[in-house]
Amino acid sequence: MRENPAALAPELALVVAAVVGAVASGWLPRRRQWAVRLLAAGACLGGLVATALAMLGPPERVFDGSYAIDPATNAARVVVLGAALVVIGLSAEPLRAHPRESEFYVLLLLACAGTIALVGADDLLTVFAAYLLASVPSYGLVGLLRDRTGSEASLKYYLLGALFGIVMLAGTTVLVGLGATSSYPGLQAALDSAPRAAVAFGAVCVTAGLLFKIGGVPAQFWVPDAVDGASVPAAAFVTTIPKIGGLGAAFRFFTEALPPDRVDWALLVAVTAACTMTLGNFAAFTQTRVKRLLAYSTISQAGYLLMAVAVAGRNGLAQRALWYYLAAYAATNLAAFAVVAELPAARTLGDYCGLARHRPLLAGSLAVSLLGLVGTPPTVVFVGKLEIFTAVIHGGYTWLAVLAIVNTVASLYYYLRWLVPAFRQAPSPNPAVLSSGGWWSAATAYAAATATVILGVGATAVLPLGAGHLLP
Amino acid sequence: MLSLITFFPAVAAIILAVVPKGRPGRFFLRAWVAVAAIEMALVVALWVAYDPRAGYQLTESLPWIPSAGVGYHVGVDGISLPLLAMTAALFLACAVYSLRETRRPRAYVCLFLGLQTVCTGVFVALDLIVFFVFFDLSIVAMYFLIAGWGHGEAAKDAALKFFLYTFVGSVVLLLGFIGLFLASSPHTFDIVALTKADPLAGRGLYAGVVLLALGIGFAIKTPTVPFHTWLPPAHTEAPAAGSAILAGVLLKLGTYGFVRIAMPLLPGAWRRFALVFIILGALSAVYGALVALAQRDFKRMIAYTSVNHMGFVVLGIGAAGVLAGTDAQARTLAVTGAVTQMVSHGLITGALFLLSGVLWDRTGSYDIEAHSGLAGPAPAFAGLTAVAAFASIGIPGFSGFVAEFQIFAGSLGSQVAATAVAVSSIVITAALFLRALQRMLAGPLRLPKTPSGVGRFADLTPREAAAVVPLLVASAAIGVAPRWLLDVIEPAARNLVHLVGG
Repeated sequence: MRENPAALAPELALVVAAVVGAVASGWLPRRRQWAVRLLAAGACLGGLVATALAMLGPPERVFDGSYAIDPATNAARVVVLGAALVVIGLSAEPLRAHPRESEFYVLLLLACAGTIALVGADDLLTVFAAYLLASVPSYGLVGLLRDRTGSEASLKYYLLGALFGIVMLAGTTVLVGLGATSSYPGLQAALDSAPRAAVAFGAVCVTAGLLFKIGGVPAQFWVPDAVDGASVPAAAFVTTIPKIGGLGAAFRFFTEALPPDRVDWALLVAVTAACTMTLGNFAAFTQTRVKRLLAYSTISQAGYLLMAVAVAGRNGLAQRALWYYLAAYAATNLAAFAVVAELPAARTLGDYCGLARHRPLLAGSLAVSLLGLVGTPPTVVFVGKLEIFTAVIHGGYTWLAVLAIVNTVASLYYYLRWLVPAFRQAPSPNPAVLSSGGWWSAATAYAAATATVILGVGATAVLPLGAGHLLP
Repeated sequence: MLSLITFFPAVAAIILAVVPKGRPGRFFLRAWVAVAAIEMALVVALWVAYDPRAGYQLTESLPWIPSAGVGYHVGVDGISLPLLAMTAALFLACAVYSLRETRRPRAYVCLFLGLQTVCTGVFVALDLIVFFVFFDLSIVAMYFLIAGWGHGEAAKDAALKFFLYTFVGSVVLLLGFIGLFLASSPHTFDIVALTKADPLAGRGLYAGVVLLALGIGFAIKTPTVPFHTWLPPAHTEAPAAGSAILAGVLLKLGTYGFVRIAMPLLPGAWRRFALVFIILGALSAVYGALVALAQRDFKRMIAYTSVNHMGFVVLGIGAAGVLAGTDAQARTLAVTGAVTQMVSHGLITGALFLLSGVLWDRTGSYDIEAHSGLAGPAPAFAGLTAVAAFASIGIPGFSGFVAEFQIFAGSLGSQVAATAVAVSSIVITAALFLRALQRMLAGPLRLPKTPSGVGRFADLTPREAAAVVPLLVASAAIGVAPRWLLDVIEPAARNLVHLVGG
C-alpha cells in the first residue's frame, strides 16, 4: 500500500497554492492582488502537468486504500483544473482590485481540491470529508461580494448544504454500521448480506448529499438563487465544478460501494435524472434574466449527466460518456458564462438586443455556446449526447433517452429566446448596456467557444480520457 | 475531391467573414457567384469522371472518432451525384439572383455558403454521424436565413416553428441511428458497412422501431402529411433565394435519407411497412394539391405543390418495397423516377420561387387576386412563369414528366389504387396552376396598392433571367433527352432495388 504524497500532487498543488495565497493576501496591496491570480493559474497548470504524468502510471490505490488514482480520478483532475483555469480567466476583470480578490482565488482552489478528492475517494468517510472540503469554500464564494442578494444566496446555499450534508452523514453512518468498514471494496462485500431496507436507506441518503453537489432534483433549490445572487465568476464556478465532483463520486459509489442487484439504485437514478432534466427545462422557459436562465439550464444538463450514472456499470460506455459529457458541459457552460461576464451591464434577455451588430464575434460565441448546450453538431456536447444516449439505450433505458430527446427539443426554445434578440436589428442599440467587461473575459469567451468546436471535431483525442476501468 | 467540393464554400465563407470592413456589399455577392460557379465546375468535372457502372466512387475514408464507431467517410453514387449537381446549379442560380441584395450582404453570403457546404455534405456522407452533423446544421443555417432576411415579424415565428419542428425530426433521427449502431457488430455508424451487415435482419420489433424513428425524422424533413405544417409559413416568410434552397435542396435531404439510409439499411422492415409509405405518399400528393388549390397566396401555393411533388417521391420509393405483383424492373423504374423527381422538383420549384421573389420585389405582395394582366408589361416574366408552371404540372418535354411517368409506371403494377389516387392529383395541380396563370398574367393590368405605389410592373432584368432560365433549360434538357441523367441513376437504383428485394 503506497503512502507517497506525490501520488496526490495535483490536489496538493491546489492546497499549497491556496495556503500561500491566503497568507500572501494579507500583505499584498489591493492593486497587486493579481499575483494571487497568477499563483492560482500556476497551481492549476502545475496540477495538469502532474496529472499528465500520473496518467502514464498504472492505476493504484493509495493511503490505505482510501483514495484511488485511476482513469476517473485523472479525468476529474483534468476537467476540474481546466474548468478552474477558465473561471480564473473570466474573473480577471469583474474582480480586479476588489477587496476580496485574493480570497476568491484561495476559496476557488480549495473547492477544486475538494471536488477532485470527492471523485478520487474510495472510502465513504473520505467522501464525506471531501464533500465538506468542496462545499464550505463554495458557500463563501457565493457570498463573497457581501451585497444583499449575494448574502441571501449564500445563506440559502449554506442551509441547504448543511441539511443535505447531515442527511448524507446519516446515510454514511448507516452504511458503515452495516458493513463494519468504510472502504468501498469492503462495503460491497459486506452489504451483500445486510438487510435490504437498511442498505437502501443508507444509499438514498448518501445519494441525496451528492445530488446537492450535482444540483439535481430534489436538491436543486439552491441553484437559481445562488447563481442569480452571486457574482458572475462565482456563478460560473458553482454551476460547473461541484457537479463534476458529485457525479464522479456518485458513479464510483454506485459501481464500487453497493453490491450489484441488492437495491435497484439504477431506477432511482434514472427517475431522478428524468425529473431533473424536465424540471430544469420547464422552469427555464419563462426566465427573463440571463443568469437565472443559465441556472435552470444547468439543472437540466445535470439531468442528462445523471443518465450516464443511471447505467453505470452496465457497460463500458457509461463511464466514458459521463466524463466526456462533463468536459463538454464544463467548456460550453463556461463559454456562456464568459459571454455574460463580458457584458456585465446586460442582465435580461432583452438587453442582448443588437449584440450581433455591435459585437459580432461575441454574438457568435454566444450562439456557439447556447446551440452547443442544445447539442448541435459539431460542438462537443453533440458528441457527448451521442455517447450518453448510446450508453443509456444500450443499458436498457430507452424511455429515458426518449425523454431526454423531448427535453432537448424543449430546451432549444429558451436558448433561442436568448439568441433571437441578440441577432435582431436593435432599433437603437444601447451602447451602455452592451459595454465591454474587459479584454480577459472576451478572450475567455472566444477561447471557450472555440474549444467547444475543436473538442467536438477532435473528439477522438479526448474521448478515451475517461475510459478505462475503475479499480476493482 | 469530394471533400474539396464539400468544404470549399465553407472555407470561402470563413475567408469572406474575416475580410476587413469597408468592402462594398457587391464584393461579397460577386465573390459568392464566383464560388458557386467554381463549385458548379467542380461538380461537372466530377460528373465527367464518374463511371455509372461502379458503385460508390471517389470515396474518402478517415478515422474520426474510432472509439465511437464514427468515421469521416464520403463518396458518390448514381443517386447522390445528380442531387449534388442539382444543388450546385440551384446555389449558382440563387447567387446570381441575389446579386442585388442590400441587407447585410456579408452575413447573407456567408450563411448561404455555409448552407451549400452542409447540403453537399449530406449528399456525399457515407457515415450516419457525418450525415447527421450536416443534416442538423442545415436547420441552423436556414433558421438564421429566415429569421434574418425574411419578410418582417412573421418571419421570426415561422423561423422558430421551422427550427423546432425540424429539430424534433433530426433528434428522433439520431435515436434511430443509435439503434442501428447498437444493433451492429462491431458497433459502427458506417453506412456501407451497415448495408453489408444488415444488422436488423429478422429482428421484427427492433427493426420496426428503428424504421419508425428514421421514418419520422425523414418524413418531417420531406415533409409528408401529417408532418408538413412547418413548411408553408417557412416558405412564405423566407427570402426568395432562401425559399428556393429550402424547397429545392433541403426537402431532398429527407427523401434522400429514405433512399440512402432507411431502404438499404432496413430492407426487411422497409418491405414490411412499405404500404405505410405508399399510403402516406399518395395522401401527401392529393392533400398537398387540394390545399394548394385553396391558396390565394402565390408563394404559399407553390409551397403546397412541394408537398404534392414530394408525395410522388414517397409513393415511388414505397412501391419499391412491395415485391408481390411486380418485378425488379418495375421497382427499379419507380426508384429511378423518384430520384429523377427529386432533381426535377429542385430545378422547377427553385425557378418558381425565384420568380415569386421577382413578384415580391415589384409589388410587395404574393396575392394572386390582386395581380392581373402582368403579361402586358412583363412578357418575359409571364412567359417564364408559364413555362415553369407547366413544367411543374408535368407536361411532356420537361423533367417532371419523365420523373412522374416512371414513378407511376413503376408503381402501377402492385399499387393500382394508390397510383390512381396520386395521378388524380396531377389534374388538381394543373387546375390550380392554370387558374393562377390566368388570373395573374391575363386580363387587364391591375396591381396591388402598395405604400410605395410605383404603379407599374417592370419586366425581368437580365440578372433575374440569368438566374431562372438555366434552371428551366436544365429541366427541359432532362425532359427532352433524359438518357444522360437516367444512365447515371439507373444502375444505382437497380442496386438499391436488389438490396431491398432481399
